[in-house]
Amino acid sequence: MLAEALALSAALFTIGVVGVLIRRNAIIIFMCVELMLNAVNLSFVALSRYYGADGQVFVFFVMTVAAAEAAVGLAIIISIFRHRKTVNLQNINLLRG
Amino acid sequence: MIDPPYPLFYTFNFYLFGVIALASSLAFVTRKSPIAAALWLVNTMFALAALYVMLDAHFIAAIQVLVYAGAIMVVFLFVIMLLNLGHPSEVADVRGKWGKAAAAVLGVILLAQIAVMSGSRVRPEWILPRGEMDRLLAEKGAIGVVADPLFTNYLLAFELTSVLLLIAIVGAVTLGRRSDVAAEATTGESVSAG
Repeated sequence: MLAEALALSAALFTIGVVGVLIRRNAIIIFMCVELMLNAVNLSFVALSRYYGADGQVFVFFVMTVAAAEAAVGLAIIISIFRHRKTVNLQNINLLRG
Repeated sequence: MIDPPYPLFYTFNFYLFGVIALASSLAFVTRKSPIAAALWLVNTMFALAALYVMLDAHFIAAIQVLVYAGAIMVVFLFVIMLLNLGHPSEVADVRGKWGKAAAAVLGVILLAQIAVMSGSRVRPEWILPRGEMDRLLAEKGAIGVVADPLFTNYLLAFELTSVLLLIAIVGAVTLGRRSDVAAEATTGESVSAG
């Protein structure tokens, strides 16, 4: 089942990347990043079955970083929404020259 | 996980939850409403938790449901509710022709890279002996298998995680504060009229 799990992980990661590229809603893009992290977690868990439990420890750390990232990222989105009244990335072009 | 050959029941369930995860994630990126997208993502995470159980990572599966599907996604739904984004926005959310073409090209390239990489072989000495993981699970239990390396080899990383979380808390509170409150705090003036 290792090959199937890794193939599923690759497919989920690609769906996450495509989601980041085709959507404009900042919150949905953020959730696509979470989907990519989940795909990586799946390959860690699948490989930990064959290479030892260290992979599961890394999943633990990835989840911690994801939680921290969600807290800070959503705070940034709220703060942008207060200024621009939108989360559509097309309207958020402050850095464009 | 059982060593090969796998029983039919195991294989069927593995493919079932794999297809559920794949279908929910596809539904997730195509939904217009942020609420629907978030709920499909929760469904994906539950299917992944089931796969973790089948891959013998019981503790990680429990954490996946509690932390990911529970805590993180609730924060997302809370923000969607707070910003009143529950309805599909009038502005087109999905990018135009060129954005989709770029996404398709990048997706195909990514899948091709992974297909090439899947042909590579790892060194046999890295692979645990057959049945080693089952022996560890029987000896230490599902939590002990994770806790043992976490509190010995990765103790420094574990402690640094607490610093990361502290920084994230401070950052979130600072960013989430209203700007007038923040201005008062920096000028040092106390609030006189409430």
